[in-house]
Amino acid sequence: MSETENRLESLLARRYKHGFVTDIDADTVPPGLDEDVVRLISRKKGEPAFLTEWRLKALRHWLTMSEPHWSHTSYPPIDYQAISYYSAPKAKSDGPKSLDEVDPKLLETYEKLGVPLHERARLAGVAVDAVFDSVSVATTFKERLNEAGVVFCPFSEAVQRHPELLERYLGTVVPFTDNFFASLNSAVFSDGSFVHVPKGVRCPMELSTYFRINAAKTGQFERTLIIADEGAYVSYLEGCTAPMRDENQLHAAVVELVALEDAFIKYSTVQNWYPGDAEGKGGIYNFVTKRGECRGRNSHISWTQVETGSAITWKYPSCILRGDGSSGEFYSVATVNNRQQADTGTKMIHIGRDTRSTIISKGISAGHGQNTYRGLVKVLPSAHGARNFTQCDSLLMGGKCGAHTFPYVEVKNPSATVEHEASTSKISDDQLFYCLSRGISEEDAVNLIVSGFCKTVFKELPMEFAVEAQNLLAVSLEGAVG
Amino acid sequence: MLKIDNLHVKVDGKEILQGLTLEIPSGEVHAVMGPNGSGKSTLANVLAGRPGYEITAGSVTFQGRDLLALAPEERAREGVFLGFQYPVEIPGVNNVYLLKAAVNAARKHRGLEEVDAFEFLTLVREKMRLMRMEESMLSRGVNEGFSGGEKKRNEILQMLVLEPRLAILDETDSGLDIDALKIVANGVNTLRSPARSLVLVTHYQRLLDYIVPDHVHVLVKGRIARSGDKSLALELERRGYDWVTGEAA
Repeated sequence: MSETENRLESLLARRYKHGFVTDIDADTVPPGLDEDVVRLISRKKGEPAFLTEWRLKALRHWLTMSEPHWSHTSYPPIDYQAISYYSAPKAKSDGPKSLDEVDPKLLETYEKLGVPLHERARLAGVAVDAVFDSVSVATTFKERLNEAGVVFCPFSEAVQRHPELLERYLGTVVPFTDNFFASLNSAVFSDGSFVHVPKGVRCPMELSTYFRINAAKTGQFERTLIIADEGAYVSYLEGCTAPMRDENQLHAAVVELVALEDAFIKYSTVQNWYPGDAEGKGGIYNFVTKRGECRGRNSHISWTQVETGSAITWKYPSCILRGDGSSGEFYSVATVNNRQQADTGTKMIHIGRDTRSTIISKGISAGHGQNTYRGLVKVLPSAHGARNFTQCDSLLMGGKCGAHTFPYVEVKNPSATVEHEASTSKISDDQLFYCLSRGISEEDAVNLIVSGFCKTVFKELPMEFAVEAQNLLAVSLEGAVG
Repeated sequence: MLKIDNLHVKVDGKEILQGLTLEIPSGEVHAVMGPNGSGKSTLANVLAGRPGYEITAGSVTFQGRDLLALAPEERAREGVFLGFQYPVEIPGVNNVYLLKAAVNAARKHRGLEEVDAFEFLTLVREKMRLMRMEESMLSRGVNEGFSGGEKKRNEILQMLVLEPRLAILDETDSGLDIDALKIVANGVNTLRSPARSLVLVTHYQRLLDYIVPDHVHVLVKGRIARSGDKSLALELERRGYDWVTGEAA
């Protein structure tokens, strides 16, 4: 073991900065899941019959399924009957009508997290929807978005105001039968964000949702649906944090994107759920299904994710490239430290002619972390001239972590071009010493080298968040090298 | 400035420096020459604090302080600069960003505020012109895809911007054509001052035509076998290292 590795070992300590708990009155249903609980959630939300029925179908299907175990992760069995499927901060009235009605303690929480809900939001020019445990707390900038015709609201509000859009699009990208966690989500999802950008409209600002799990022994099951109509453009960012708790908490979200002809959706995630402590106690199980469909010609969907948190991450933001000439992108930085495990990647399904996809994945492993890239590039017989480029790079810090790459390629059209590049490297002693010899501290040197490694992904993030992502990475690798 | 006394250094259990003694006063340029494997690069690396070298005896004093007790980054902030024989590539990290981080680390050490971005760029651009470097090299990754000559020029650029008190240039002339050699030598010469010392580690006397040293030392089997003025380098060129190694044996 080299000297650098020894130093790495000795300094594997990290601090999680969002680990506080907000003391707030919550309306939480008792643990357990059956049809009554699903009906209760649906009733609390005042949902139309089609939605209640859809949830129940999902539950019945879920009951026939078993938890998948093909990912490169290990964890004790989850008792799905011990989880509470709904928790909401108690509101004075039915729900906050404006920021003034939101519990000040909640606003304080977001303040601590650096979510710009108030004036800061206006300065940053970002519209924020904040989801606390299961319900959406406030959506800023409604008026400006209204003028542009953009709908950006909590999912439960969309249920009331745009049931026809929901009925048309919900579950059309991720059906309730899709997979174990998606089925569970379909049955019990409580809130999330809904976006509709009408034909020809360029959404005038970045849209952002901030997810926060606060209550103990609850799961968070949010559902996000984004529809970009013909020629529309939208850029959306989600951020996530949770308090430090000793037990594991389940987060099983579903995100569906629909891009019609010439539409453009850019979806960025900065995921910093509580990762558990150095021994692997506690932390969020982040089992998420994210999928976008490029339904129309020349449509475009781009996923960018910076995954630094969670005890276990299991997610594969994917693109179904149905429209001719449509394109999908996946840019990912996944970091694991201590006992974290990540099994993440993407699926690019080429259906239309001349469809293109790009996959850039950067995995960073430190401590005892296990990082897996799992990806599928599938070219169907109809996808003449399809092209894919995949690049998977892994960076290892220390000698006890792991990096794994499982690229699956299925090509059924001979005119397709599929390229794959992969590399695994360590932060070299030479690079580190070079920086030190210029007076740069070891900690700064590592951050420098790591952000250089991630550069091609970071430059895809909206500018306001690129800096945040870089800082987050520095925090999550804090002490990974000393 | 620098005082090396009876320095013994082992690498992988093998003694490379075997009682090296050398004093470099302020304002002087010393060339350290010697055949392959004589310990030249070991000396340069030990002075900069590279890990993997075991110091078994002796001492190194820099401006009255025990240099060996300082971490590499502290040495750099105190004004020690190593020009690398093989500068490493750091992909994705802007060349200018690294340079600025280095300057700010030294400024912080001296209790100064961070450098003003505009002034810094003006300074860097001026030094780049001196080194005949394209401005695009600022935004490229550190040494990423640089040719051998570009890497060496980049080392000298860093030195010019950091203005060290003691610069150790490890075979900075290797791999340079004659034009690049002149540019590098010119850059180094602009830094010569009574408050600054330079150690040139080199195989060939060619570099010394352009950077004229005050003293020349010949390293053989980890010790200084012979010292003299610049004429010693010329004599070495004429007679070869066998002349000194034969004497030392």
